[in-house]
Amino acid sequence: MASIQIENVQKAFGKTIAVNHLNLDIKDGEFFTFLGPSGCGKTTTLRMIAGFYYPTKGVVRFGERDMTRVPPEKRNTGMVFQNYALFPHMTVFENVAFGLRVRKVSAADVKGKVLEVLRKVRLENYSNRQVSQLSGGQQQRVALARALVIEPEILLLDEPLSNLDAKLRDEMRAEILRLQRDYKITTIYVTHDQAEALSMSDRIAVFNYGVCHQVGTPAEIYNQPANDFVASFIGEINLLPVQVNRVEQENIAVTLKNDGEPVKLIVHNHANEGELNKGDLAVSIRPEAIRILDTAEDQTNVLKGKIEAVQFFGSIVNVLVQVGHVTLRVDVLNTHEFGYFYQGKDVYVELPEKQLRLIPVISGDAND
Amino acid sequence: MPMIKNRDTRLTIWLLIPVVFVLVAYVLYPSLRTFFESLQKDGAISFGNYQDFFVQESKTNLEALWNSVYISILSVFVSALIGIPLAIIFNRYDFPGRSFFSTAAILPIVLPSLVGVMAFMFLYGESGMIPNAMKDLFGLEKVPFKIGGVSGILIVHAYTMYVYFYMTVSAAINKIDPSLEEAAYNLGANKFKVFWKVTLPLLTPAIVAASLLVFMISMASFSAPFLLAGGYRVLSLQIYFSKINGDMEIAATQSVILSIVSISFLLFMRWYQNRKDYRMATKGIGAHRSEVKNPLLKWVMVGFGMIGVLVLLLPHFTILLLSLVPDGTWTWQTYPSVFNVENYRLLFADPNIFKPLKNSLIMAVIATVGNLVFGVIASYVLVKRKFVGKSFVDILVMIPWALPATVIGMNLVFAFNEPSVFSFGQILVGTYWILPLAYFIRHIPLVVRSTNAVLEQLDDSIEEAARNLGAKWFYTFRKVILPIIMPGVLSGTLLAFIESVGEFPTSVLLYTISNRPISIEIMNQLRMFNMGQAAAYGMIQITLIVIVLFISNKFFGIKAEKAL
Repeated sequence: MASIQIENVQKAFGKTIAVNHLNLDIKDGEFFTFLGPSGCGKTTTLRMIAGFYYPTKGVVRFGERDMTRVPPEKRNTGMVFQNYALFPHMTVFENVAFGLRVRKVSAADVKGKVLEVLRKVRLENYSNRQVSQLSGGQQQRVALARALVIEPEILLLDEPLSNLDAKLRDEMRAEILRLQRDYKITTIYVTHDQAEALSMSDRIAVFNYGVCHQVGTPAEIYNQPANDFVASFIGEINLLPVQVNRVEQENIAVTLKNDGEPVKLIVHNHANEGELNKGDLAVSIRPEAIRILDTAEDQTNVLKGKIEAVQFFGSIVNVLVQVGHVTLRVDVLNTHEFGYFYQGKDVYVELPEKQLRLIPVISGDAND
Repeated sequence: MPMIKNRDTRLTIWLLIPVVFVLVAYVLYPSLRTFFESLQKDGAISFGNYQDFFVQESKTNLEALWNSVYISILSVFVSALIGIPLAIIFNRYDFPGRSFFSTAAILPIVLPSLVGVMAFMFLYGESGMIPNAMKDLFGLEKVPFKIGGVSGILIVHAYTMYVYFYMTVSAAINKIDPSLEEAAYNLGANKFKVFWKVTLPLLTPAIVAASLLVFMISMASFSAPFLLAGGYRVLSLQIYFSKINGDMEIAATQSVILSIVSISFLLFMRWYQNRKDYRMATKGIGAHRSEVKNPLLKWVMVGFGMIGVLVLLLPHFTILLLSLVPDGTWTWQTYPSVFNVENYRLLFADPNIFKPLKNSLIMAVIATVGNLVFGVIASYVLVKRKFVGKSFVDILVMIPWALPATVIGMNLVFAFNEPSVFSFGQILVGTYWILPLAYFIRHIPLVVRSTNAVLEQLDDSIEEAARNLGAKWFYTFRKVILPIIMPGVLSGTLLAFIESVGEFPTSVLLYTISNRPISIEIMNQLRMFNMGQAAAYGMIQITLIVIVLFISNKFFGIKAEKAL
């Protein structure tokens, strides 16, 4: 078991900088997720931890040890590859035993350890199968067993579920978590799937274009996104570009940047004033935080609008409300009586000031 | 040497050193030696030889160059006319025996070139069995036709080279997404229009590639002109005559000119194949064949198929038949009359007759082991490692494929008829080692390319997974990479082996009296009119090839002929 420190790491491929100014401190035993779209630098970072790439600048440490330029075979990490990378010419048993045999473990111990880990991933009856005879989920479990059996200090999972169908994915998600808790092993999980990241991780690092935008627990990342990229990459969000009118102790008054009539909002001051001077700003609010009202009760942040579309998703009903020139997405729980939402209905929406967050706009396309 | 921080970079360099050494020493250096030799004229350096080549009064060289080009162009057309329709019929229509016929269509591969030419001589030549049978059958005065000269070469080329069209076009047809044609039908196009406007344009890249290939092979062709040309001059043969006559500078000049033609075709082909490929690469498309419903048409097709297979098999039967005719029993008669296995008995009983076979087998084993070791290392470095100058190494690897065998032979003559660093101060020409070396060089591209194909299939993550589990590079290579790629590598290597056994053009330039390979002995036996013994040697080669193709198909699940 080990903690991982990544200090000021940069990785360049020729002129392209894949990862820049990266600082991460991953705790011993933590389930840590790198989340981001493809090409964001998350896999590059994982491969620097595995030793397949060496950083152009910076230091990678496991605990106290400098691992920056240690070759992969000397790192004692266990990696599960996106395509599993099972050795096609070996049986399940031989695949799992490979790492132990490299370590010159005695034949008897190899057998014991392999069978034990196969039991843990519930494949004890498959040890003599060829890997090509296994289903996707089973191959996945062999890959996990192969990585775990060497008792690695760190478990590295590179989009391990992306090749599985939805149902298996849920099953394997639980399986991976169970094993991780079992072995109490520091785990880094790379994914582009925000649902996976939110549901599994102790903490998440959100990447884009080689930069880590935010590190935090799933709740922090979801509820307090650091900027518009994080906000829009994780879950659904309404982002409204604004101008700050005045800053007070408790509240900040803003005006929507809008072609139509000026719309004013009051935003609770979440002590992020430091960000307020840095260029473009937007207020963000999650669809489930907006309330739809029939009448304009005399409250702050209540706006008049018209229902543009209603989409039924089962547990929630998604209502698009046009307010002035912007469309707000509102999620309403299905209480079996949502029928009074219909296209063209005039409604009022309330944007509770504590749910509104003022965040910097960095991507330039905040309305996407 | 500067400090190399990265261990992987260091490994790449260690692997590259032997690869580059072999390529420079035995591919690049000999080619440069030939070029240098071609610039020698009366003890001075000049382009005099080239001037002679192009403006010589007798014009023999220019005529030979033109003849080579002429024959090659005709070969492309004739091969295309046979290969393309066959590919379309066998891959698009279903009728009884289709699968058998389509396998039979690659039969010409199972015939070593020299043996094939010999079979054609006895089948369709002046005293050939078919013309004479027709003469007797119809009571004619003279034989109704005979092959020789241009027609002879052309027929042999068509027989052996249509297979390249057949295979490349078949592969392309099976890659076409059926929905493209369905879309065209859906938009209102008729069958004719769909074929000309959709199918054929999609096949064009394959047809062009096959044309270039056939042109190159035909330019390099040696065995067919050697036995059939008569007085007709082609450039590959002229090189041989110049060498025999001791006109080494002229041989060098002819070699350089033939190489330039071949290499420019290679470069053109690489360029053509590297262009953006617009063919659909959708995965898992099943071939869709339409069943031939019209019973008359169906049986006409089957009939033609049968006749086609018969024609394709005739040379093999001829060799088999000849090998059963004891020497000295078929002299003035139109047809042989005595048949037994005397030739085979002699082959294994008479040490003098057995020796060439033994020589060929041993030399082919030596060359092939070299090909295997070199091919695996070179291919691994080329496919899995990054380094500066990769395309240069890539081109060096491909050069022996582009160069006509005759030129490779001449290159070796010029490079190793004097001591050099690369031969460790020895003169190799006239020794045992020159032939295995020639066979090795000839088959570098074949083994490297077939190994590349399997290595490219092997995902990098497999190697990374092994490293991640703690295995050092060499352990990973031995226990993971080699076992996975071995079937593919072996099928390419076995092919190199059988080609080495039958190799004729370099053998005829480099063999020594005490170390004659099988192909030279076939030539000698033919000269002494011992067709039976020559055919027995040929049958041994055919058997070897059949065994190799069978092993590759059965045990490695790989179609070995694809490596060609």
